[in-house]
Amino acid sequence: MRLEGLLEKHKRVIVNKWFDAVVHTYPADTARFLKSQKDPFANPVGRTTFKGLDGAYDQLCGEMETEMLAASLDPIIRIRAIQDFTPTQAAGFVFLLKNIIRETVGDQLREKEGLEELMALDARVDTVGLLAFDIFMRCREKVYQLKANETRNRVFSAFHRAGLVADTPEDGPETNKTIE
Amino acid sequence: MSDLPKPEESLSKLDHEPPRTGWMDAPVDIRKGMYCYSANPKSLNYTGFPHAREWNPIEDDWKLPENWQEILHRGFRERLDRFRSVKVFMDICVRCGACADKCHFFIGTGDPKNMPVLRAELLRSVYRNDFTLMGKILGKLNGGRPMTENVLKEWWYYLFQCSECRRCSVFCPYGIDTAEITIFGRELLNLLGLNIDWIATPVANCYRTGNHLGIQPHAFKDMLDFFVEDIEEVVGVKVEPEYNKKGADILFITPSGDVFADPGTYTAMGYMLLFHYLKERYGFDITWSTYASEGGNFGFFTSHETMKRLNSKMYAEAKRLGVKWILGGECGHMWRVIHQYMDTMNGPTDFMETPVNPITGTVFENAKSTKMVHIMEFLADLIKHDKLELNPRRNDHLKVTFHDSCNPARGMGLLDEPRYVINNVCNNFYEMPANTIREQTFCCGSGSGLNAGEDMELRLMGSLPRANAVKYVHEKHGVNMLSCVCAIDRAALPTMTEYWTPEVDVTGVCELVANALVIPGEHDRPTDLRGEDLPGWAEPEREETDAE
Ligand code: SF4
Ligand code: SF4
Repeated sequence: MRLEGLLEKHKRVIVNKWFDAVVHTYPADTARFLKSQKDPFANPVGRTTFKGLDGAYDQLCGEMETEMLAASLDPIIRIRAIQDFTPTQAAGFVFLLKNIIRETVGDQLREKEGLEELMALDARVDTVGLLAFDIFMRCREKVYQLKANETRNRVFSAFHRAGLVADTPEDGPETNKTIE
Repeated sequence: MSDLPKPEESLSKLDHEPPRTGWMDAPVDIRKGMYCYSANPKSLNYTGFPHAREWNPIEDDWKLPENWQEILHRGFRERLDRFRSVKVFMDICVRCGACADKCHFFIGTGDPKNMPVLRAELLRSVYRNDFTLMGKILGKLNGGRPMTENVLKEWWYYLFQCSECRRCSVFCPYGIDTAEITIFGRELLNLLGLNIDWIATPVANCYRTGNHLGIQPHAFKDMLDFFVEDIEEVVGVKVEPEYNKKGADILFITPSGDVFADPGTYTAMGYMLLFHYLKERYGFDITWSTYASEGGNFGFFTSHETMKRLNSKMYAEAKRLGVKWILGGECGHMWRVIHQYMDTMNGPTDFMETPVNPITGTVFENAKSTKMVHIMEFLADLIKHDKLELNPRRNDHLKVTFHDSCNPARGMGLLDEPRYVINNVCNNFYEMPANTIREQTFCCGSGSGLNAGEDMELRLMGSLPRANAVKYVHEKHGVNMLSCVCAIDRAALPTMTEYWTPEVDVTGVCELVANALVIPGEHDRPTDLRGEDLPGWAEPEREETDAE
């Protein structure tokens, strides 16, 4: 069978395996929760991840439209970009798909054609992976921007300009001062 | 470059489940973006906290006092005797796990140590080891462990990843309140000078000048006067707030965040317009205080004594001015303190009267002891008695949802009043899903003094469950405004929405009220309090005039 058909036929299995692999980048107790809780409001990380992977898979096997791909990947990466992951771990989950596809449909492919098709698919996965890194960077930039803006607001520049803020004196309240 | 992982390490970490060390033995890894800077020693000194010093959470040496274990043990012992609840909470947890996945910090971070049961277990394991006979005999077999520096660091790291929101307690069959355990644990950390600066400095400022920022009375008044000008521009009416008026009927206290930070400032303008309206129509007599200029009480995040000290200022001011009762603005933990602690700390207040709404005659029996009424109760009462002329059409460009702030919702049961008010001033109101509102509301992720800048990752993760529900109503109903009745929310939620749902803005409820309120003598109001055009507002009005 041609790869395209196999990818469509085995979509559920492949996406489930991919989801499983992504979920297992979390500690075991967390992974169990992410998989079992189906309510999207009780488990936003798990359900967002599943929905995003599902959408990204469709694009990968289909049109590869950047907008659509980004719409699927952004919610997942937006979460992983702030969690306890290195950049590789946060965005690199896309590449897990290569092995999963090989494991699932590899033996059903015809030798020569199959290899070529797989290589073409790898190239698509690489493209998606790079997009994932772009999204990751965008999220990180946003986090830094938020940190910077909040700090600026927090010192209440307007108040300071107007000389309206009194800082706590260096050496405690006047009444508590000890004579040295 | 030495902190870069080797490529094969990174990828292998992706491919395999992270190793499962027993949680008790895993050393704590203090990660940037997850913790707040340590308390400035001068702020700790100012309020008389012990062991003030410079120290850095990511350095090995925390410069602990030599006998820190002894201090902690004694502190633990004393508090077990003093707070029965904590002793009970230490003993009765059956580790059923019902609370485990209910914490927004666990849901957002995916870190199992943020499961409430494990957070409590951090303290409980030491409790077992030090204070129970079985623990002394069986040690680790009984789930006990001795207090080491690593355990202390773990306490610190995870007790400042709990916003004391109490969501977990709603699901515990025994009613164990992990927030109380966190409060208790943080109090112990304070004995060793281990607070964070985002708490310690506001406390020192509040103690000295009456509010978190250290704004002095004249500057506080300057800021409100500035709002008077703004209101005159938008509404065409000059409001005349009273300050420190002796013998006024009512004292108004709100968090200072409403006075100095957007979008809280528009909520403050909302209060001013409301009071003006009530004065014009009904002779309402209310005063602001430039001394009790803070409703928020960060003392709540340090120790019971400090909370009491800061709370007492509001009552001292009420006494000085000789008011009948206090009206409280849109605040979170101010209300938790009033509702749960104030009465035993500084009450009962015998120098004021049971609050009566002078306009409707309603007696607020629920506030009989504290003499303090929530502005939402007050507004709901006014609306119920048809005392406000409202034009909700002026909020028609908004599709509004409501975030139940943990403290008023879970801490005092204020669930229906804000909704009643919003529904009377807005035509488009949409609830978020049931398991994310009312008693089950998700925290903003920045409560209990965690709304600093340096712990941004923690805050964003903590806000994910809330943001996820906001996103849902945004996508489903086009919601573009998230309303709330808490100043920390108004400071924290705009950051949350900017990251997760940039299309949604944040407002206080009194801002919505003021925009809908028809003020006697107002001019044409084609903009809202923010000075933004009301879409389609000016046009139809003019057309109507033309047709006449
Ligand atoms: S729900 Fe209550 S009893 Fe069960 S693990 Fe949590 S704290 Fe313990
Ligand atoms: S009180 Fe709130 S933040 Fe703390 S453990 Fe419970 S759910 Fe989490």
